[in-house]
Amino acid sequence: MGRRKTLVQSQSGAGGLQSLPALLHRNATQFGNAPAYREKEFGIWQCWTWAEAAAEIRAMALGFLEIGVEKGDHIAVIGRNRPAHYWSMVAAQMVGAVPVPFYQDAVAEEMTYVMEHCGAKYIVCGDQEQVDKVIEIQEKVHQVKHILYTDKRGMRKYDHSQMNALHDIMAEGRAGHHRLDAELDRRIAEITYDDTCVMLYTSGTTGKPKGVVLSNRNVIESAKNSADFDHLTRGEDILSYLPMAWVGDFIFSIGQAYWCGFCVNCPESPDTMMTDLREIGPTYFFAPPRVFEMQLTNVMIRMEDASPLKRRMFHHFMAHAKKVGGRILDGKPVSFGDRLKYALGNILVYGPLKDTLGYGRFRVGYTAGEAIGPEIFDFYRSLGINLKQLYGQTEATVFITVQPDGEVRADTVGVPAPDVEIRIDEKGEIHYRSPGVFVEYYKNPESTASTKDPEGWVATGDAGFIEEGTGHLRIIDRAKDVGKMADGSMFAPKYVENKLKFYPDILEAVLFGNGRDRCVAFINIDLTAIGNWAERNNIAYASYQELAGHPRVLETISKHVEEVNRSVAADTMLSGCQVHRFVVLHKELDADDGEITRTRKVRRGFVEDKYADIIAALYDGSDKVSTVTEVTYEDGRKGAIKATLTICDAKIQTVAPHKVAAE
Amino acid sequence: MLDASEGYITEDGRKIGGVVMEMKNITLRFGGVVAIKDISFDIREGEIRAIIGPNGAGKSSMLNVISGFYVPQEGEVWFHGKKRPAMRPYEVARQGIARTFQNIALFEGMSVLDNVMTGRLNFMSAGLLSQSIWRGKAEREEVENREAVEKIIDFLEIQHIRKTPVSRLPYGLKKRVELARALAAEPKLLLLDEPMAGMNVEEKEDMSRFILDVNDEFGTTIALIEHDMGVVMDLSDRVVVMDYGKKIGDGTPDEVRNNQEVIDAYLGVAHD
Repeated sequence: MGRRKTLVQSQSGAGGLQSLPALLHRNATQFGNAPAYREKEFGIWQCWTWAEAAAEIRAMALGFLEIGVEKGDHIAVIGRNRPAHYWSMVAAQMVGAVPVPFYQDAVAEEMTYVMEHCGAKYIVCGDQEQVDKVIEIQEKVHQVKHILYTDKRGMRKYDHSQMNALHDIMAEGRAGHHRLDAELDRRIAEITYDDTCVMLYTSGTTGKPKGVVLSNRNVIESAKNSADFDHLTRGEDILSYLPMAWVGDFIFSIGQAYWCGFCVNCPESPDTMMTDLREIGPTYFFAPPRVFEMQLTNVMIRMEDASPLKRRMFHHFMAHAKKVGGRILDGKPVSFGDRLKYALGNILVYGPLKDTLGYGRFRVGYTAGEAIGPEIFDFYRSLGINLKQLYGQTEATVFITVQPDGEVRADTVGVPAPDVEIRIDEKGEIHYRSPGVFVEYYKNPESTASTKDPEGWVATGDAGFIEEGTGHLRIIDRAKDVGKMADGSMFAPKYVENKLKFYPDILEAVLFGNGRDRCVAFINIDLTAIGNWAERNNIAYASYQELAGHPRVLETISKHVEEVNRSVAADTMLSGCQVHRFVVLHKELDADDGEITRTRKVRRGFVEDKYADIIAALYDGSDKVSTVTEVTYEDGRKGAIKATLTICDAKIQTVAPHKVAAE
Repeated sequence: MLDASEGYITEDGRKIGGVVMEMKNITLRFGGVVAIKDISFDIREGEIRAIIGPNGAGKSSMLNVISGFYVPQEGEVWFHGKKRPAMRPYEVARQGIARTFQNIALFEGMSVLDNVMTGRLNFMSAGLLSQSIWRGKAEREEVENREAVEKIIDFLEIQHIRKTPVSRLPYGLKKRVELARALAAEPKLLLLDEPMAGMNVEEKEDMSRFILDVNDEFGTTIALIEHDMGVVMDLSDRVVVMDYGKKIGDGTPDEVRNNQEVIDAYLGVAHD
């Protein structure tokens, strides 16, 4: 308890914890020896305590002064999750600059717009790849004054007149501290609660990305409220592996980490994330549904290959967990016998399984961004993993609604987070108001005004309703995606797509039908699941394209679509959204091609235009369609793939009012 | 004769030093078959030197002569200003020469880490007893060498497969592991036998990047054989072209590209 008391924030005066540097100072002085950052490098977890991290960050800030960073400048950060990159964001704030993390996998062309828009003069790059991109952009955007990089590899040959290793400018900063200390302290003292803490670009399913300006108030209040809500302490360990440009990562890895003083662990490389997860065993964890789906798929695949005894044990105890696990976690009454059996299961199955997954110490965790399949959600909860859902936005500094312990369900996104007010307008769109509401969209007053009203209410663009009785929010779809079919019934694509995506075989689905008489769908197979299935069934294939077009795969997908149709038909409001015909696409929808956002949301309009020929074929009744699709490689070059796709018809459940439309 | 003082600066500003290895009038026969006929060329310090040619031109044989695996019937190999006698493979390794193979030669059952560790053989001297109880010198050595190996694993971005048995890896990654093992020996001269054979475009790009980085970062001299002309021309500083055991061209990629004999060999002009 004593520990938590020290975290109470004073709301006024210079002694108040009103900026990241102030929080850093508190952490470094109050528990300087506690671990703050870990990164696996050269096969070993390297650790920095809060005191060490504070020294590193200060050196970096001094280095920034040395190269001439001015107050109000923007410093772009492009790289994977590494302590140095997190430090550079805090160091930027120390010198009065605004950190702007970018999506590191964005191609140069995509980056040009944001770079130009934010006018960053200083760029922190992770490695040579990012530096090359910036240099390419620099030919168009002449603003860049200095490039800094963390990984020295391959950088020797570059012109270093306006470029340095981050490490080197830190050394320069340290060396020149007598000269620069006073200036730095002055700049730190000048930071106010309402100064910009960070600027984050929203990925945007439509149009150009927008720069969301978040103040210290937004970040610190949100971090404080959410940390209180879940009783986060400085004993937590988190794994930081999600894109740094995403608001969630900023809140978890900086906001909450600095507020609570917990440890941020960075994986060795993006490919080692699963191994690193197991080694760290985070106590507080965040992942998009995709990660949980993938892990579950892997568990099921590996159980197929396990010995019969293990397999039987697994299925027996998982059945038991399904029955009582969730109830035990929610603190609901469960008979003594069932508890005893669950405890045995924990020793034999659940415990080892959780360890393998890296969830051995999991205390609380969230999934958000997309709907998660109820089976997947329940699987984790039944193991005793306290996985919950939240609903948030960049503009809200993440939190809009969260699920309190004991009220966790797959089909809602919880109750309003602390200090958040919610209302649903007459069109069904969700609005909210909270201390986390963003300051503005950078250099875009029109969009700011159309999103945030003078009283501070923000329109989410999502349609939803508050459930009677429980007060939980349920999301239907993006408000602008909800449409009408030709016969006037409701068209809510996400609802059907989610049902499809809950099958491990289906990675992505896109439903069309707005203003039409019936719905058709694009489907992406999940290569891991289908690939494994193909292997076990002796189905040979040479490429993704070949597997996606295999008759037996189409047959399997057909079955899934028909099951979904049955389930959709049961919903009187949405029974018109049954899938009449579908096609399994020959390529995965990819962010490099602009088909999905970097956070994996389908850009519906774009996909509709790009594959207009396939959609036409889906509606004109033809049973095959030949198409040429442009693809973008990782380095930004373009190519084309040709394919002939089979169009499949799916069985439709006849529902009385829609009988005419169905035939 | 060998002139170690000479050198040149490449277009991208790398400094190429003097001659480290010189092949003088090499002729190699297998029974009646003449694999290499009177070939001379040199390799300079810090350069990327390619040997190209159509199938059966004698490229791999040439690489085996450089590595000391084949001893030519005629001609001399000069290494660091000294005429090199016939040597056993371990002696070659001690001289600072490491290689990769056209058909991957890794220990399939061992993990990537263990495979790369074998490349450190020359840096370990603990005896059998010390090794078996893993105390004192053996332990110290393993820690030191593991550190060196981890740096290479990081350099070649194979952290995610560190503990994976090699037999489970796809071809492209196996090639990278082989390169890692060769690098673990900290060679002065690295020989690569078709490092890009059987790779797709993306894997080739990655491998090219790694080869350039190795050369740039460690200053390693690299001699490589490659089929893919595009790759060779982009990577190498100088190219030797062989056809039917003879040298038909030698020079910078541009010179070689415009050499009529080379063009004929690649377009398939009839041989008498």
